[in-house]
Amino acid sequence: MSVPGGAGPVLKVSGLKAYYRTKHFGNDREVKAVDGVDFEVRRNEIYGLAGESSCGKTTLVKTIAAALKPPLEIVAGRVDFAFAPDILRMKSDELDKLRWRHLSYIVQGSMSVFNPVRRIRQSFIDFAFRHINKPRAEFDQQVEAHLARVQLDPSVLNAYPHELSGGMRQRATIALATICRPDFIIADEPTTALDVIVQKNVLDMIKQIQREMGSSVLLVTHDLGVHAHMADRLGIMYAGRIVEEGPAQQLFANPRHPYTAHLVASLPRIGDATVRKGLEGSPPNLAAPPSGCRFHPRCPLAMARCKTEAPAMAQLGSDHRVACFAVEAANP
Amino acid sequence: MSGKDAPLLELSHVCKDFVRGGLLSRQRIRAVDDVSFRIESGRPEIFTIIGESGSGKSTLASMILKLAQPSSGSLRFMGGDLAGIHNRAARLRFMAQVQPIFQNPFEAFNPLKQLDHYLYMTAQRFTAAKDDAAAVQSADEALKKVGLSLSEVRGRYPHELSGGQLQRIAVARALIPSPQLIVADEPVSMVDASLRMSIVNLFKTLRDDLGISIIYITHDLATAYYISDRIIIMQQGKVVEAGDAKTVLANPQHPYSQQLKAAVLSP
Repeated sequence: MSVPGGAGPVLKVSGLKAYYRTKHFGNDREVKAVDGVDFEVRRNEIYGLAGESSCGKTTLVKTIAAALKPPLEIVAGRVDFAFAPDILRMKSDELDKLRWRHLSYIVQGSMSVFNPVRRIRQSFIDFAFRHINKPRAEFDQQVEAHLARVQLDPSVLNAYPHELSGGMRQRATIALATICRPDFIIADEPTTALDVIVQKNVLDMIKQIQREMGSSVLLVTHDLGVHAHMADRLGIMYAGRIVEEGPAQQLFANPRHPYTAHLVASLPRIGDATVRKGLEGSPPNLAAPPSGCRFHPRCPLAMARCKTEAPAMAQLGSDHRVACFAVEAANP
Repeated sequence: MSGKDAPLLELSHVCKDFVRGGLLSRQRIRAVDDVSFRIESGRPEIFTIIGESGSGKSTLASMILKLAQPSSGSLRFMGGDLAGIHNRAARLRFMAQVQPIFQNPFEAFNPLKQLDHYLYMTAQRFTAAKDDAAAVQSADEALKKVGLSLSEVRGRYPHELSGGQLQRIAVARALIPSPQLIVADEPVSMVDASLRMSIVNLFKTLRDDLGISIIYITHDLATAYYISDRIIIMQQGKVVEAGDAKTVLANPQHPYSQQLKAAVLSP
């Protein structure tokens, strides 16, 4: 397998469409959870993906990780990793070799990663032993050294998952996901279940490990505060599509898509009690998404064209892309 | 229940212990430790309780709702001690005055039940609505107060609506008995970002237009700053800091409050 160290992106997603298709006695249903997504993740960066519940973020992540189960189907597009071109067409034994060694996953509920009736040590062996390819004693040493990196005592290896606090368990999950020094780490809502103080610790730890190992991280969460703290670049997802993408600081300072602008403006901040507004209307149903631009029923800038045509992502400055006719009209 | 001048809610030295373990390895865990505060009547406010999980804030809420008894100390609502509520009639009278809103609107409603039925049931239990028409009318009035109408809700099941709409319906349900106090336990943490502020703003409207006091329980300092009048910060069952919300959050004094503020992630 070639692992080029060049300047190209680590992950390139192009024209990806993934639908949930169910057929029940002629009652066919199609949920367009990911509907035309293009983006790239570069080497050594944290790419944040933000969006509300049921906008398709988790489906996108599953597709990228090639973890597809019916009724989820790939309808179009491809996903290329630098270490695994066209991952969606790889065979399962090839994928097995890739997973954890090159591509790993930090999931939301740390309780469900670890087998509740096996000690943490066993989980490390299950996940990582065959990838590391060293004798047991050396493997144990490496695991202990790696746990020290996330400030965990080697004694946690002998504990059962329920004996650890939520924060410790999530740190153990991070250690588990990074033990093989993977090129690419997917973190799906890694801190949602944690308390605020613990959350900051865990996030700092992910960032520190990422910088140390030079991996790329795809960080998925609905919490813009987390993105502001972590992400180098940020993509905003709405109803199965990415509607805006750019350097995180720039998106917060100067959001261009009306949806991003609303999300940023509605964030409450300590020290500022000016009135914040909620967005009218409700999040779209992906089984029957609105025509044209999917945001148009809730958009303050909607024009006649938005109801029939879907805007494509257009470049706006060197590193900033946005899909909105109103923005295009303002910047011809 | 005595006089009109009595505070709406008064907690004095409230403690709650949980006992863990068997006969020989008995352990007492103090979930709420000596909490006292009062909410005046006739001066509606949003009173916020902040703390991490395990700080005892939800235990405190369930004692205020009389879903749990304090181990020591007393809770008085409009002058009457909650410990004195024994029979069904007194309990219904109390429940009509103090209503809850829960964290997860998807779990608060039975998925197999139409949402408008919750409203009718509440109306028939707590108000003078003796027949269906009166129940329908009071449900419609309550929904209008939260920016919905009965035609949008009638016959719908929980999965057909968004989290924000469900949480509005939960608020509407709580409004039917015309309560004096609403206890909202993490009411926006499961609501989507684009809808969250409309629920938070709704609480402001309830306070300003309907004169309802709200106990807002949360771990989110930013929304607390946005809507609260007064706050208390809890750590391991104890109140570590209390006072005017804007003052406390702008310049926290206790080390734990400072730690909490430092952990807020904000662009």
